[in-house]
Amino acid sequence: MSRLGLWGLKKSPWVYHVAAASCNNCDIEILELLTPRYDVERFGVVLVGSPRHADALLVTGVINRKSLPRVMEVYEQAAKPCLVIGVGTCTCSNHMFKNSYNAVGPYDKHLPMHAFVPGCPPKPEAMILGVVKALSKL
Amino acid sequence: MSWSGWGLAFNFLIFPGFLFSAVVGLVLTWVDRIVSARVQYRRGPPVFQPFADLFKLLLKQTIVPDGASKTVFLLAPMLGLAAMCLTSGLLFYVNFNPQGSFVGDLIVLVYLLGLAPLALVIGASASRNPLSAVGASREMMLYFGYELPFLLALLVPIIKSGGAIRLGELIVAQQAGGPFLYSISGVIAALIVLFTTQAKLGYVPFDMAEAEQEIMSGVFAEYSGASLAVFKLTKAMMLFLLPLFMITVFWGGFGDWWAILKFLLIVVLVVLMKNTNPRFRIDQALRFFWFILGVFGIVAVVLAFVRL
Repeated sequence: MSRLGLWGLKKSPWVYHVAAASCNNCDIEILELLTPRYDVERFGVVLVGSPRHADALLVTGVINRKSLPRVMEVYEQAAKPCLVIGVGTCTCSNHMFKNSYNAVGPYDKHLPMHAFVPGCPPKPEAMILGVVKALSKL
Repeated sequence: MSWSGWGLAFNFLIFPGFLFSAVVGLVLTWVDRIVSARVQYRRGPPVFQPFADLFKLLLKQTIVPDGASKTVFLLAPMLGLAAMCLTSGLLFYVNFNPQGSFVGDLIVLVYLLGLAPLALVIGASASRNPLSAVGASREMMLYFGYELPFLLALLVPIIKSGGAIRLGELIVAQQAGGPFLYSISGVIAALIVLFTTQAKLGYVPFDMAEAEQEIMSGVFAEYSGASLAVFKLTKAMMLFLLPLFMITVFWGGFGDWWAILKFLLIVVLVVLMKNTNPRFRIDQALRFFWFILGVFGIVAVVLAFVRL
């Protein structure tokens, strides 16, 4: 990508929220990013409704045999370059489901991950830091 | 190309046309976002935000979905953009040079403004996505809904100026006898056009065609990269041109510096309406436009005939 496009990408990362069988706790914390207290729109972050518009996918939850093909499909549908950021401890490891027959995580076995944000759920500040770190790797 | 040809190209591509209206429109989308943010007690994005969005989208990958009609899918955004370039060229030319335009440019303008939703419908239908198809059908229904009161409201200035269908004549008539807005029928017609502006922009009470929560941004669902950027640019230019059209037709033209204040007032009104209303269902919107605004439009036309 050219320098102009890279500048644009860093100044306006549009995120798409992929809830891959999480317990909903991380999802609620992601929505908290948009509230007046954290207001990520001042950094240009907008929550979009279609993976085609996304510059970053926020994935949550333990990846399992049912959700893996769906997450992969969403990643393939996104226009590249597209960051993938794992939110919550479930994405970093298999967390409390590590002995489960169904868990096939962690995510970096299957997707090119750019950042992980540990926590159960992570604080919104930590998620902002995660997005910033993922963007600074570009 | 002759000199007048270059002048025409400059008119449509650089000064009032594409470049100027694109930059002003993008700054206005920032106004829209910052006013929305302040209404919600947020700080809001910086001024360069719409430009960052645009450059990023232009340089990203553009995906054509499997099975979509490629030509139509990629050309549909260009149709809307071209229509908006012509609109801005025409509107500004008329405002600076009221005698210079041709007879019937008001009618041409109405059809050019109709091309933008048409481009959305065509593009969404070509994308082979069920959610886009739902969005396209809603956009089409909405278009048929707001066009009736819009045309009725535009009859009011035509009647008041004694049957002029040239924008220049409307401006001259307003400069001579005061803006059409300052009368009962004028106020009703301008309010109707304000609601129509909201619907043409796809702003909240009438954003059912791109409802993010139900149909994943509907008509835009399959668009990515540069073609999405062109659609966003078209919307930004519409945010600039529709209030300008309203000022030209109802509020005395863009003759003096007061017009900038009038312009910002209309934009902020539209944004506040967007922020304080929930979304209509499509049948509610249709009923609102036909049976409420339509009746008000007829009342305004009758009042205009008896010179109120």
